[in-house]
Amino acid sequence: MLELNELCFAFNGTPILQDISFRLGRGEMAALLGVNGCGKSTLLKTINGILKPKQGTVMVEGVALNGLSGKEIARRIGYMPQKSGTVLCTVFDAVLLGRKPHFGRTVTPRDLEVVEDVLQRLGMEQLALRETTELSGGELQKVVIARALVQEPKVLLLDEPVNHLDVRNQLETMSILREVTQDLDLLTITVLHDLTIALRYADRFVLIKDGGLHACGDREVMTPGAIRDVFGMHATIHDIDGIPVVLPLGSVQ
Amino acid sequence: MISSVNTAGSSPSATSSLADDYLRLLRKKNLFGLTLLALLIFAAGFSLRTGSLALPWSEILRALGDWETTGRTAHVIHQIRLPRTAAAILAGGSLGIAGAVMQNVLKNPLASPFTIGVSQGAAFGAAFAIIFLGAGQTHSSASSAVTIDLPNLVVLCAFVGALLAVIFILMLASLKGVTTEAVILAGVALSAFFGAATMLLQYFADDVQVAASVFWTFGDLGKAGWTENILIGITALVAFAFFLIGRWEHNALLWGDEVAASLGIRVRHLRITAMLFSALAVAVTTAFLGIIGFIGLMAPHLARLFVGNDYRYLLISSALTGALLLLVSDIISRILIPPVILPVGIITSFAGAPLFLYLLTRRRKN
Repeated sequence: MLELNELCFAFNGTPILQDISFRLGRGEMAALLGVNGCGKSTLLKTINGILKPKQGTVMVEGVALNGLSGKEIARRIGYMPQKSGTVLCTVFDAVLLGRKPHFGRTVTPRDLEVVEDVLQRLGMEQLALRETTELSGGELQKVVIARALVQEPKVLLLDEPVNHLDVRNQLETMSILREVTQDLDLLTITVLHDLTIALRYADRFVLIKDGGLHACGDREVMTPGAIRDVFGMHATIHDIDGIPVVLPLGSVQ
Repeated sequence: MISSVNTAGSSPSATSSLADDYLRLLRKKNLFGLTLLALLIFAAGFSLRTGSLALPWSEILRALGDWETTGRTAHVIHQIRLPRTAAAILAGGSLGIAGAVMQNVLKNPLASPFTIGVSQGAAFGAAFAIIFLGAGQTHSSASSAVTIDLPNLVVLCAFVGALLAVIFILMLASLKGVTTEAVILAGVALSAFFGAATMLLQYFADDVQVAASVFWTFGDLGKAGWTENILIGITALVAFAFFLIGRWEHNALLWGDEVAASLGIRVRHLRITAMLFSALAVAVTTAFLGIIGFIGLMAPHLARLFVGNDYRYLLISSALTGALLLLVSDIISRILIPPVILPVGIITSFAGAPLFLYLLTRRRKN
């Protein structure tokens, strides 16, 4: 469904991503993991074409994205950046914006319908006409996810969607993401820093080290050895009440 | 895909009410536009009545209805008050939309024609024409302290000066890796540069030339005749149409470059074309009328209080607010110390500064 072939990206001649190849399928929730500055955010932006790859291809359902316009890519990939500010507009306005790749110049009744459906799916009916400036961090995060969902994408790319949220909101947001991924048969790739959250909610793991792919696979690749190699950290993984918990022990000296 | 999954699980009545509520909210925003329009028509009527020659409504309406009539009333209305009123509306509207767009594409609430050096570029061009090319080398006359011999040359040079500022800013904005904050700062530097260049010219000029070049910078609606109005109007209309077509692109840009790009918008292209059209509108207005401060900055901020940051409504609201602000300022400039007509630029800056401070404190409270 999503296929990366030897994807490379360089900024001002400095290579940032090198030969990244992997393949992920529909209905999968993938965690993109790696230390700060290893190229996770760059990888997401290169996948959806905000950054132009130096070489290599990205295919969604067998279609190479480098031949497509920004609008056509936006109909296939929804993206949520790391930081999101607020704008003086209602939640409905903010979410409706996600329909832009579909409606062109003027909103159609179908666009309004899709926005309503997504707002209801995420339980945000009460917030619909509130100003986004009045929302809490968790609520705002839902708005941004809703905007990506109304794009009716096949792939959802989320850059650190839960980092600045409190624990309850982290779990809630991840549950919502897992639910929509399964219900809508999407592929969701999420940059995460909390390995316990990653293990609990993701079923695929993409480990990035120094701009290259270290491993990509299911739960099997998340071993204490892989964590040591990628994060430079000793850790053990425990099972508590059926929930995998990563216990960091200390950095590798 | 999403809707097909969802409509099954949600009742149709609930589905329709959410969109209906939203559409109802949007209609309220239209009300603000209509209110502004009504105020503008009222102010325009008042503007036509204001002047040293007292005219009853019946005569004003008769002169407006019949363009063939001649005589004192017809002359005053057709050649003096109506062009002035039209200039206020067109220039105010033009500055209003330019400010609204610049504030978004440069991501700075302080962005305005003033801040990015376009006005100062125009002032330098005018000073260059008056002092260096001798367009204002003229004797004082009894009716006016300063007259300008070759107004077309001054306008042309002012336009070129504004355009130079625009080209510089556009070149900078189109460079990769240059942030929008840097563009604003460059505008400040550019303003200082043009200011210094103007002062240098003035230092070597005689006193009449200095007076003429200083006088030119006072934004004054009295400079506008029908030709000027038509040109200002056409540029404003073209820019407005262009921005209106891209209203959703501007809405997307509010959320940041990355969000806009992920929605398929060519951000750099949008930024450069939007700057080009808004700067052109400002350049034409400034070249004909001189520097009119604060309208381009204030109008969008005031409009935002009522319609929010939604370019579907903000563009027209900023245009109407700008037109209304300039028209009211012009009326004040005419009735404050009769029979003296103050340059409207002085009034807008006087009124603009405290109004802006008020907006800042209000924003903080919100």
